[in-house]
Amino acid sequence: MDLLSAQSRIIQAGFLLAMGALWYYATASGGVHRLLLPPPGEVWKTFYGLIQTEEFWRSVKVTFWSITQAYFMAASAGILAGYLLTRSKLITDIMEPVLSGLFTVPLTLLLPIFILFFGIGPASKIAYGATYAFFPVALNTIAAFAHVEERWLRAAQSMGASRWSTFRHVLIPSAFPVVITGLRIGFVICFASVLGGETIASAVGIGHNISLSAEQMEPGRLYAWIAFVTITAVALNLLLSAVENRIVKRDRR
Amino acid sequence: MPPPDASSDVAISIRNITQRFGDEGAHDAVLALDDVSLDIKRGEFVCLLGPSGCGKSTILNIVGGLFSPTSGTATVAGRPVDGAPHPDQIAFVFQESTLLPWYTVIENFRIALKFRGINKAEWDDRAMVALRAVGMASFARHYPDQLSVGMRQRVNMARGLCVETPILLMDEPFAALDEQTRMVLGEDLSQLLAARQKTIVFVTHSLAEAVFLSDRIFVMTARPGKIKTIIDVNEPHPRSPDFMLEPRFSELRNECYALLRDEIRRTVAAQRDPQPAGT
Repeated sequence: MDLLSAQSRIIQAGFLLAMGALWYYATASGGVHRLLLPPPGEVWKTFYGLIQTEEFWRSVKVTFWSITQAYFMAASAGILAGYLLTRSKLITDIMEPVLSGLFTVPLTLLLPIFILFFGIGPASKIAYGATYAFFPVALNTIAAFAHVEERWLRAAQSMGASRWSTFRHVLIPSAFPVVITGLRIGFVICFASVLGGETIASAVGIGHNISLSAEQMEPGRLYAWIAFVTITAVALNLLLSAVENRIVKRDRR
Repeated sequence: MPPPDASSDVAISIRNITQRFGDEGAHDAVLALDDVSLDIKRGEFVCLLGPSGCGKSTILNIVGGLFSPTSGTATVAGRPVDGAPHPDQIAFVFQESTLLPWYTVIENFRIALKFRGINKAEWDDRAMVALRAVGMASFARHYPDQLSVGMRQRVNMARGLCVETPILLMDEPFAALDEQTRMVLGEDLSQLLAARQKTIVFVTHSLAEAVFLSDRIFVMTARPGKIKTIIDVNEPHPRSPDFMLEPRFSELRNECYALLRDEIRRTVAAQRDPQPAGT
């Protein structure tokens, strides 16, 4: 780790500490009612109790299995659709604006329709998360494969490369970093959609527990769940960024 | 025009090639080449010299089989090209570096040899021979982005050599380089080729480059491109930089410039507002 990144790590840690201190001060001074925001110690105690329950792990399992399934569908469908669309410039020109247009529509508005089709169980959240995450993956894949540099293709053609060789040695390596970025954005959206969907309408899962805790006026449990999701999200994001950086650095110098 | 020379000392033969881009009669249709015929002898270094947009690169791409002409035929080593590359006969060296950035220098050579269908056992030997020839052997494990533009183009040139085709098509390979690097690379190229007996077609719009490198210079007209004149440069390869100091070098260069001047004017005139009559 060089000096700059060590320095920025310290600043990031300091920022988190400051947030925690602010949280502590806001609750200890009585400025914020403990029903709205309980003190950190209470949240920690609730959290510690929570992870000992079977219900906690059952909910975590439901949610993460939903995310996994949704993400797998979004990633494979997005890459496949994105690649196939770019096989024709005409189709790319027609479909790319349609997809990016659809992606700007807040698909949350369609969540009730997913519930109508797939019920209140995990299936609706999987379908919703998969649909939402499909767009960034497909759009990045289109960008990746539609803009492979003409000169590389021309050079490969002039050297007598077969279609497969061109795909393997030119198209794939050229598209790879952009597709990986799409996969990372897709994951973030998938994670947010499944949890968001669960919070709005679900009978199981982490999101369901969060909205239930709020409705039952159990702020300790509410914040314990939120803290758990936050920590998981930060950890996953760090992991994904590290993987992405490794791949992109290796492939694009 | 006589029939194509059947004897084997013709490497590349072009007959009545016309190239139109866009539909005939459409307002944006461009007639790039108009009934061009030429013969290039085996082992000859030929430059296509002309104003930008005159169809020099188009000739190269047609000979290289990257696309078919609107009409006419190109023949390479007695075989019609017909819009398909002949990687066993022809190697390309393009203007921009076409080295793949995700592969190291040596990996780029391996891929080129693999594309050409060369036996795997020969890849590294051939690559290193070509890299040594351009003085880049110690950079084999570098990535292209770690090299300067001049070094990249040196490697790019070596990659064209390593496939050992009898014909090399070079599309303004030095255009992105500064004048000094360009001169040094030109000298290197002349040295390399003297030892190899390759047939080279070299596209350029640099007068000095054309005179310094060529056995014959095909001077082209402004669009639609035709061969205006052929200039012979009687000077054996390899050529030393001293050749540039000889009066004959300047004479040939001036001759090329005189031939090109009107064509360049015509090209520029077509790209600006119409001038009032009499000016």
